[in-house]
Amino acid sequence: MFEINTLAIVFASLMAFSVLLYAILDGYDLGVGILLPLESKDDSDTMIASIGPFWDANETWLVLAVGLLLIAFPVAHSHVFKELYLPTAILLISLVLRGVAFDFRAKAAFSHKPTWNRVFKVGSLLAALSQGYMLGMYVMGFENTFAAYSFSLLSAFGVAAAYSYIGACWLIMKTTGQLQAQAINWALKSGGICFLGVIAVSFVNPLINSEVYQKWFSWPNTLLILPVPLLCFALFVFSYIQLRQLPKVNDKGCWRPFVAAVLIFFLCFFGLAFSFFPYIVPDKLTIWETAAAPESLSFLLWGTIVVVPVIFCYTAFSYRVFWGKVEELRYH
Amino acid sequence: MLETLMLSRIQFAANISFHILFPTITIALSWFIFFFKWRFDQTGEPVWMRAYRFWVKVFALTFALGVVSGITMSFQFGTNWPKFMETVGNIAGPLLGYEVLTAFFLEAGFLGIMLFGINRVSPRIHTLSTLIVAFGTTLSAFWILALNSWMQTPQGYEMRDGIAFPIDWFAIIFNPSFPYRLIHMMIASGLTAAFFVAGISAYRLLKGDNKQAPKLTLKIALTVASLLAPTQIFIGDMHGLNTLEHQPQKIAAMEGIWHTEKGVPLLLFAVPDEAEKTNHLEIGIPKVASIILTHSFNGELKGLNEFLGNHPPVAPVFYAFRIMVGLGILMLTIAWVSRFQLWRKKFLSTWLLKFLVIMTFSGWIATLAGWYVTEIGRQPWLVTGVLTVKDAATDIAPENVGLSLILYLILYVVLLVAYLHTIFTMAIRAVEIEEITDDERVLSTVGNHMTVKR
Ligand code: HDD
Ligand code: HEM
Ligand code: HEM
Repeated sequence: MFEINTLAIVFASLMAFSVLLYAILDGYDLGVGILLPLESKDDSDTMIASIGPFWDANETWLVLAVGLLLIAFPVAHSHVFKELYLPTAILLISLVLRGVAFDFRAKAAFSHKPTWNRVFKVGSLLAALSQGYMLGMYVMGFENTFAAYSFSLLSAFGVAAAYSYIGACWLIMKTTGQLQAQAINWALKSGGICFLGVIAVSFVNPLINSEVYQKWFSWPNTLLILPVPLLCFALFVFSYIQLRQLPKVNDKGCWRPFVAAVLIFFLCFFGLAFSFFPYIVPDKLTIWETAAAPESLSFLLWGTIVVVPVIFCYTAFSYRVFWGKVEELRYH
Repeated sequence: MLETLMLSRIQFAANISFHILFPTITIALSWFIFFFKWRFDQTGEPVWMRAYRFWVKVFALTFALGVVSGITMSFQFGTNWPKFMETVGNIAGPLLGYEVLTAFFLEAGFLGIMLFGINRVSPRIHTLSTLIVAFGTTLSAFWILALNSWMQTPQGYEMRDGIAFPIDWFAIIFNPSFPYRLIHMMIASGLTAAFFVAGISAYRLLKGDNKQAPKLTLKIALTVASLLAPTQIFIGDMHGLNTLEHQPQKIAAMEGIWHTEKGVPLLLFAVPDEAEKTNHLEIGIPKVASIILTHSFNGELKGLNEFLGNHPPVAPVFYAFRIMVGLGILMLTIAWVSRFQLWRKKFLSTWLLKFLVIMTFSGWIATLAGWYVTEIGRQPWLVTGVLTVKDAATDIAPENVGLSLILYLILYVVLLVAYLHTIFTMAIRAVEIEEITDDERVLSTVGNHMTVKR
């Protein structure tokens, strides 16, 4: 059996890891949904085909993240979702709507297809907004103040922009021609908004929370953590330059903006995690206070050690099977 | 104004009832689909590929509904039953965790290849992917039913300061009611999928579909149904005996026995009256309940009087049980009659086809009825002897729960209508567009893995 403090760290890291993977993976497919043009039928078919084989597996990371919170830190799970009751309901309903719209649009009577496209787009947008709102409320420690609500609204739009940005970068990688040019345009715009959002959050977060301020601005922490914002800034600049130059001959480097976006997500997430660790509910509960029984976590950890690498293998296999530019989706 | 507890119960019941509709189909339908694909690999007959192609589309739609409604479920525990996880989370947690890790990722990971990858991987890998998806759905049923059965008949744990701690994981997973519940549920799923496939195939035939595929799927579905229906009745009986041993108050409610007695009749119909503690309008067969449950004419069965204040509401359990068993017997009859006619005459008469169309979703009703027996029959307990439903409830404002409940209900009605509409639209479209040409069958040779073009 493992020791409880080790277990708390291991499961907190696992959870953080699946939240991050979720934000990246479902981020790009929600982003593609947000960007869906309602007028152009062919483009919307191609865009949806680019995420078709992946969205279900992507969403499973959310199930795992929430599952791990529930399993390893049950008290924190109750606390967080009690505070976020209504935004959670809206998130779930939007995820349901977009998930089914994906299948209905392909199979319903032809005349219903535009309706399901609209449902897909609105569902994706609402899901992104509610996730951003929940993140904002979390960062603000679930306060019921005007400042907290405004910040959460800001965060809602920031997350929607970030998802559109990574979604656009995904499309640049998976498509060609007209649609790719359009995606580059989307990436430039949403990337800009995303950049402003990241800056806003980075300033507000230490200002409202003195512990966070302590962490970032106390010597020698500052020196150690400084590369994170610098690198993040550099990546935005790199991505901007790349986007300006695309598309290149032979589609060279079409994957670069996507990789840059993934790294930006990673760094921003790291920044947030660094700010709050070891709190799992900001300022209220730490991971040590809420961890479940060591017997249970050990039992689960053994399985995790075996299963997670296997999951990586077949996920990688699935990405390899669908590698390259999108083809038309056919069910057979 | 309803209080939070009641609203949370209605919301939970609505969410899980909606969710289970889709898994019951997909768990077994995935095996049907694997079978079609495997037969195609074996024989190269295009008709198997046709059957596969139609049903895999139906599967994809059903699966999507199962996934998204399932995601809702995983948030429910924390939002509406916070004390549930705080009390028994040490046990429920790992079981849910294993479900996500071993089953959900497996299904989701190979679903993409199964649905969209047929031209990108070798036939063997593709068939293997369909097998893995089928295995994954079954595995997820395994874990979630282990948890649910543990909540019904808990063992392998100890209580410290009001919190459950695991002692023996084997005992927890293989708790007394688990084997029965797992088998009963898997067969329920098999019957639901069989009648679903039979009903839609019959619908296509009635609409004038002259192709080979719907006839073939109809035959397979009826064969499966006629084998599973009697098995289900047998397993159901054993399940009941097991329940009598561990949750006698549930059996008393199911059979409508108010006072402990000997030589109990089997009630075919009655109107239980909770206030008077008696039944009205009883129609029963003398002594049969005693025979079924104790294997003796004068066997004694405990009545609800032995469990005052600690037994479930009688009427819903009593009626739901009769609906389930009634449908089980109806399924047996219709499956055998149709299969017999198919064997003798090689085709089904129009009235039987029509009857099968009516029965398309009979599995849903029986499954829901069965779950209502199980879950309401456990009241007032959430985890038998450990935690009551009342104590697990949240203290969120009733307005919020009411609002989310209304949103969910609207959503579910819309989705259910859209689902049914789309399934029948797909069936009609299949009648119109997929045509078979005579020379196609000549073309395909055994072991020749060609996909048939539209
Ligand atoms: C007997 C079967 C059964 C039962 C009783 C339940 N489920 Fe379920 N569930 C499945 C059988 C299933 C499945 C067959 O495995 C599904 C349906 C479609 C799918 O993708 O997997 C599924 C999907 C599914 C998903 C989405 C998985 C994904 O992302 O792929 C979640 C999160 C849950 N379920 C959670 C629950 C919870 C919390 C339940 C109980 C309270 C529950 N399910 C009852
Ligand atoms: C899938 C089929 C299922 C159906 C149709 C179903 C249906 C129901 C219904 C109708 C109730 C309400 C009973 C009442 O309040 O009178 C209920 C309660 C409950 N069930 Fe299930 N259930 C299913 C499976 C499960 C599983 C697999 C679990 C857990 C792992 C579960 C956990 C619960 C809990 C926590 C409650 C408490 C809420 C309450 O009693 O109202 N159920 N269920
Ligand atoms: C006809 C004979 C049948 C008998 C005697 C029977 C018996 C039972 C019993 C005793 C229970 C309650 C177990 C408990 O909670 O303690 C149960 C539950 C259930 N039944 Fe049946 N059943 C029959 C047919 C069916 C059919 C045809 C279906 C569906 C197609 C079905 C689906 C279910 C389900 C889903 C449950 C809840 C899960 C479980 O506890 O296994 N049953 N059944």
